Amino acid sequence: MSTLEIKDLHVTVETEQGTKEILRGVTLSIASGETHAIMGPNGSGKSTLAYSIAGHPKYTVTGGTVTLDGEDVLAMSVDERARAGLFLAMQYPVEVPGVTVSNFLRTAKTAVTGEAPKLRHWVKDVKDAMGHLRMDPAFADRNVNEGFSGGEKKRHEILQMELLEPKMAILDETDSGLDVDALRIVSEGVNRAKERTGAGVLLITHYTRILRYVKPDFVHVFVDGRVAEEGGPELAERLEAEGYDRFHPVNVEA
Amino acid sequence: MSLLTPQRPSEGAHTHSGATMVPDASRAERTASFEVADFPVPHGREEEWRFTPVDRLGAFFRDEPTGACLQWEESLPEGVTLSTLSVPQWRDLGVPAPQDRAAAAAAAHSGGVALVDVPAEAELAEPVRIRLTGTEQDLVHGHLTVRVGRFARATVVIEHAGVADYSEVLTVLAGDGSHVTLVTVQEWDDASHHLGQHDVVVGRDATVRHIAVTLGGGVVRLNTNTSYTGPGGSFEGLGVYFADAGQHLEHRLFVDHEAPHCRSNVEYKGALQGETARTVWVGDVLIRASAEGTDTYELNRNLILSDGARADSVPNLEIETGEIEGAGHASATGRFDDEQLFYLQARGIPEDEARRLVVRGFFAGVVARIGVPEVQEHLMAVIERELAGGGE
Repeated sequence: MSTLEIKDLHVTVETEQGTKEILRGVTLSIASGETHAIMGPNGSGKSTLAYSIAGHPKYTVTGGTVTLDGEDVLAMSVDERARAGLFLAMQYPVEVPGVTVSNFLRTAKTAVTGEAPKLRHWVKDVKDAMGHLRMDPAFADRNVNEGFSGGEKKRHEILQMELLEPKMAILDETDSGLDVDALRIVSEGVNRAKERTGAGVLLITHYTRILRYVKPDFVHVFVDGRVAEEGGPELAERLEAEGYDRFHPVNVEA
Repeated sequence: MSLLTPQRPSEGAHTHSGATMVPDASRAERTASFEVADFPVPHGREEEWRFTPVDRLGAFFRDEPTGACLQWEESLPEGVTLSTLSVPQWRDLGVPAPQDRAAAAAAAHSGGVALVDVPAEAELAEPVRIRLTGTEQDLVHGHLTVRVGRFARATVVIEHAGVADYSEVLTVLAGDGSHVTLVTVQEWDDASHHLGQHDVVVGRDATVRHIAVTLGGGVVRLNTNTSYTGPGGSFEGLGVYFADAGQHLEHRLFVDHEAPHCRSNVEYKGALQGETARTVWVGDVLIRASAEGTDTYELNRNLILSDGARADSVPNLEIETGEIEGAGHASATGRFDDEQLFYLQARGIPEDEARRLVVRGFFAGVVARIGVPEVQEHLMAVIERELAGGGE
């Protein structure tokens, strides 16, 4: 049983106009086996939360705490966070030319578990996971994210979630840019990984569509860098019907 | 586009005609002569010397023999012979003339030309290996010719190591229908300087691969010139270099397409690590009016691993006929990508290992194209060592 605790998190980013505060006191607690959906309009700070937890150097934490089972996540380097059990499925996965998917996956698995996976089991695990995600076996020989379609990139992210078996998975708009079939396949992958490993999931999304496939236990609405409203799955249904408009006071800048 | 450090915006910009200094009207008009006196001592502002630290290279421009030589070790597969030619005999082979003062001095004063002869139709199972080692900092004029007979297949690996000031002229004469791979490896000590002119003469329907691997040396500058004696010839120029602090590694290629229906393909990749690490790549291609059906492409990529390093990359393409298959070039110089690093680290991979993965990945494609396993393995091992050393 693991818990990811985010308390009063404040995060800034440097822009051409100077330092800008994006997160203004976010408090969230995610336990193993729970699925939390974070929804909100563009620019509300959803992705900033994801990248700040993962430790992207662009973001500066100016206040608050993030702990995983009591350990101070903010004191860890990016790779230490991953080895501690955090996983971030990225909205825009990066190309790594010359590094094959199979080499990358094996290197990552070795790093996360601290020892090289037993070859026979590993090859089978990778093959099975790729099969579930309807990925061509030839995919393993391609360079990481190089020339991947949008859907292939997202499947590759979820493939990593399945194989690296994190305690907490943050999925940053994994649904964006997917057609219905791809969305279903990717969602099944998330559910499978969750069921098998009991991971907690923080699902960041702009749309309610993915929530039909990955059922949230909790829904948090993000507006202007903090949680504006919280509730159960019924809140997502309400957002589906009403949109985010009621969270925008009329006199607020666009 | 290629220029990395912004201080001198006029230099290294992407030009199609070498425009920033006083350009040659055409690359073809540059002086070529066996007479040292035909080349004035360069001062460093000439188009072909503008990137080179000529002040460190004074000895190379003296018009006199030195008598010094490198230590030779060679391994010759059966049928391959090594002999010595006089300079007049060498010129009678119809070789291209030197194109700068250092090459002219090396050709004139070497005291004899080492000729490696691969007989016609020979198929060498093993590479010809020549290892040249410098033991003191004297200027050495080195003069080699590799002659491969018609329809022969040969791989020649020339390695350079030790301490020397080495001024070299290397001529590769690839007979009609031959397949030749020449690998030149520069792993000099840091104090060494090496200026080389490599002339590759591609016979009718011959395929020649010239591969430069430059890892060690204070200043290394290789000019590789390719010409074709008949149609159907193919040239592949591959290069891998890794510059540390204080190193100046320069590769210049000139592919002169005069015969029709010939191909050339150039790919050079370099990494720079450490303050004052410096690389230069200049790729000139000339497609003359007679060279119909030419197909040419050149590519240079540089990966800057730390602040203070500088890479110049200048591709030039001159085209005098429209009747060609294709002509193109690409050049890019980039910093180590922090987003790649973040992505790999976010998967638990520690930073130093992530950097190694990215750099190995950067070189993987071109190294795989070398096709000489012993060279590939050695090269990747050296790159790993360079990365582990952090630029020291």
